[in-house]
Amino acid sequence: MPDLLIELFSEEIPARMQARAAEDLRAKVTEGLVQAGLTYSGAAAFATPRRLALTVQGLPAASPALKDERRGPRADAPEKAIEGFLKSTGLTRDQLEERETPKGTMLFAVIDKPGRAAPEIVAEVLADTIRTFPWPKSMRWGNGSLRWVRPLQSILCILTDEGGAEVVPMEIEGIAAGNTTEGHRFMAPGRFPVSSFEDYIAKLKRNHVILNATERADHIWHDAQNLAFAAGLEVVEDKGLLAEVAGLVEWPVVLMGPIGEDFLHLPAEVLQTSMREHQKFFSVKNPKTDRIERFITVANRETADNGATVLAGNRRVLSARLSDARFFWENDLRVAKAGMGEWLDSLANVTFHNKLGSQAERIARIAALARELAPMVGADAGKAETAARLAKADLSSDMVGEFPELQGVMGRYYIEASGGDAEVAAAAQQHYSPLGPSDDVPTAPVSVAVALADKLDTLTGFWAIDEKPTGSKDPFALRRAALGVIRLVLTNGLTLHLDRLIDAQLLRHDIEVHSGEEAELRDELLREIAQHGVFGAATKALIETLGENAPAWLEKITGHVPDTSDDLLAFLHDRLKVYLRDQGIRHDIIDACLAMPGNDDLTLLVKRAEALNGVLKTEEGVNLLQGFKRANNILTQAETADGVEYSFGADRKLAQVPEETALFDALDAAEKAIRPALDQQDFPAAVAAMAALRAPVDAFFEAVKINDDSPVIRRNRLNLLSQIRKTCTSVADLTRVEG
Amino acid sequence: MNQTQGAPRSFQEIILRLQAYWASKGCAVLQPYDMEVGAGTFHPATTLRSLGSAPWAAAYVQPSRRPTDGRYGENPNRLQHYYQYQVLIKPSPPDLQALYLGSLEAIGIDMGLHDIRFVEDDWESPTLGAWGLGWEVWCDGMEVSQFTYFQQVGGHDCAPVSGELTYGLERLAMYVLGIEHVMDMPFNDPQSPIPLSYGDVFKQTEEEYARWNFDVANTDVLLKHFEEAEAECRAILDQPADDPKTGKRIVMAHPAYDQCIKASHIFNLLDARGVISVTERQAYIGRVRALAKQCADAFVTTKAGGYAA
Repeated sequence: MPDLLIELFSEEIPARMQARAAEDLRAKVTEGLVQAGLTYSGAAAFATPRRLALTVQGLPAASPALKDERRGPRADAPEKAIEGFLKSTGLTRDQLEERETPKGTMLFAVIDKPGRAAPEIVAEVLADTIRTFPWPKSMRWGNGSLRWVRPLQSILCILTDEGGAEVVPMEIEGIAAGNTTEGHRFMAPGRFPVSSFEDYIAKLKRNHVILNATERADHIWHDAQNLAFAAGLEVVEDKGLLAEVAGLVEWPVVLMGPIGEDFLHLPAEVLQTSMREHQKFFSVKNPKTDRIERFITVANRETADNGATVLAGNRRVLSARLSDARFFWENDLRVAKAGMGEWLDSLANVTFHNKLGSQAERIARIAALARELAPMVGADAGKAETAARLAKADLSSDMVGEFPELQGVMGRYYIEASGGDAEVAAAAQQHYSPLGPSDDVPTAPVSVAVALADKLDTLTGFWAIDEKPTGSKDPFALRRAALGVIRLVLTNGLTLHLDRLIDAQLLRHDIEVHSGEEAELRDELLREIAQHGVFGAATKALIETLGENAPAWLEKITGHVPDTSDDLLAFLHDRLKVYLRDQGIRHDIIDACLAMPGNDDLTLLVKRAEALNGVLKTEEGVNLLQGFKRANNILTQAETADGVEYSFGADRKLAQVPEETALFDALDAAEKAIRPALDQQDFPAAVAAMAALRAPVDAFFEAVKINDDSPVIRRNRLNLLSQIRKTCTSVADLTRVEG
Repeated sequence: MNQTQGAPRSFQEIILRLQAYWASKGCAVLQPYDMEVGAGTFHPATTLRSLGSAPWAAAYVQPSRRPTDGRYGENPNRLQHYYQYQVLIKPSPPDLQALYLGSLEAIGIDMGLHDIRFVEDDWESPTLGAWGLGWEVWCDGMEVSQFTYFQQVGGHDCAPVSGELTYGLERLAMYVLGIEHVMDMPFNDPQSPIPLSYGDVFKQTEEEYARWNFDVANTDVLLKHFEEAEAECRAILDQPADDPKTGKRIVMAHPAYDQCIKASHIFNLLDARGVISVTERQAYIGRVRALAKQCADAFVTTKAGGYAA
């Protein structure tokens, strides 16, 4: 059983592509082999900066021989039919077999497909793999037309069995497969032959290459921790960086050096980001001072001076980098201490989106909305507005210009430095959150107000200019913004009328007034709308007082059509469904709750859905649902047939049997329990009261026939069913629940 | 060139060694292009010659100007005028990495003591409509060169592919010579009768240009020049290929490309003056790219561009 070893040796493969490429090589080659009839017992793939390698064990020496049998026409069929069969099989008449079958004497073509030798198949599969390799980005080089991630330099491809290793003959674009490879570029130049996978791994190691990326990463992490530990320090964990660095070296050598005294006062985030982004250094923290005091770099080689030159060079580069960072920090602090006016002014010249104006205009909108939101989330209105005005000032700072990922973090430092309020400073850092489904959700009221205002402004803005996400395209991360709104509301248990807030912010996008009395009037109107809705009495009253002095844009408010806000609310509901589905609540249960009034209050909506979800997991609930559906079906059919709605209210006096009377009692009791429970938003109680109807409803259906011969009794019973429907659907629209 | 001549002692010695090295590897050592450019890539010996099928091998120093990087000569390594060393070989030879490493050895980098790395860095020039894949080369964590396999220039696929090497000369030399501030770097041999530092040569000009670039350059005039260069480039390319005077086929790709370079540099100046907004920026870049594409289209219809009549 031969083993296969393949190595594709190239110029440096980007670190971020290596792991995926190794996996693709394994998948493509093994799939190709299996398709061609070569099964195998095991396979593993590896990547270093300069090579992809694959070992496949336990291949047969050849694919199995196959007999392809095809039935043709009858032996006495017309000449034409037989000719056609000969043509399609490529055989002559005397090569066909005649066999007796129940249908008479039939012609059979038996074609022997001999097995193919493994080398032949491997050569074909490998050439195809190379030509169709799914690199995220590939290139041509020299005179060739072959594409690879970087120039492909050599191919090693051998099959090894007890008899020894044999090169698989193949060639692609002038590169012939062989049995040799290279070790470390600098520490072990020159090529050497390889006879098996074990030999390959061992010789690579002797030539200063660790083939396995996990082994390289473990080695780096182990040495880094040891170096730090010996100095009484700790390495700051960074898995992404570790994986990247392991893809930049074939022979990792870990070195630790100090960060210059002059830079130790820089914020830890700045040191860490600068070192990671520019230099791929790990940060080393002193647990006693809680500061980042040293760096760890990973060289790709040992040197005669034990890394002294390499470390000295890296220190110099770091000093230059941190000088820049310190320059930015000091410059930024100067602007911050002067109140950040310079940054805020310059944001007027930064376009947020060409249809949505500048960053400064965006900030003004967010600030207005944050102010409106503040009382609803328990925040001080003045602080919320100030926080919103300052939260994005750092976008103009030098530091964020250099390291965009520090937005918000720097904002907090700079607001603190300017003597700003701690809640305001925290909001600058937190208002971008939550960024992903697992990111922490802000809970400090001022942060919540700004975070919500920021996201709602983004959503309403892109809805206003009709730039909604479609399919997989969501260039402005609007799904993430919607999920952010949902998580902010739910985590903080906020009761918000989202439709009113959305209406107000959509109108703010639509009505461009920048200052003066008109702007004040607009904001007053929008504040009313945010609180009481576009068509609220207070808003109407305010509009009426304007009389003839009404500005032209007032028409935009009086003529406001809620299509866009409804659409955005529906989008939020869709995202909520996805979110709740992940929490184990079925979409039909959410639909049943969405159909109820007040569905823009997400907290209420989710409470209702959770209660309904809970009861539908019980036997009571499931049976009640069936009882409800039965009642509803009979009722709907009767209503359709009779052309009337049975909502008149049933008369207890017309009850014929005890079960019927009992249902009257049960419905009365349920109603008495459900109404106050709903008023209190105590959905579990409401749902429990509803579920208590199960037994009386079941008993009722057992005992009576709805379509009684007496039309009076029939009508009364239908009205009673109507009462069941009314009572049950006051909690949620059970007609939408499946099952 | 003998590679065991020890450490270089000056900025110019590093340049001379690179010239000698690449000459010994068969490159035509060209002179800088006589126009203001932002990078060595703009030299027609790179931009235009990377197009078409004709083989090419050239190396040259190119003074480069980036007005926004001016710091009045005070920043240890930021300059509005600096030098790039540029090598372009078409088709890219299979041992280009080894040739490149040889050049580092030639300027005195001891391969036994340093950690040289090829770190992914894809190159793209939106103004030239060009892109390629390659690396930035790190020496002990410092970027010392850009190494690129050109895939497309001026909207044309490169076939064959050129290999391009770009060395930031000041930064590289400071590293090799162990200098902290660019102005302190010896320009000629410190043992010379009249030793000159980089600062002796360039400190004053950095100040003068920084002031002009940032505060004085007349933006109205520059805007006009931009429009004129753009119009002239188009006008040149609109001429018929056949010259009525000589009766020869003369496509004026290079004169047109000069106007494209001019427009590009004026855009950089306007950018430094802060008169171009974020949205306008994209529009200006698009206009320069349109010119670069038309020049590339014209060049491939010339003999040097591989056109066979």
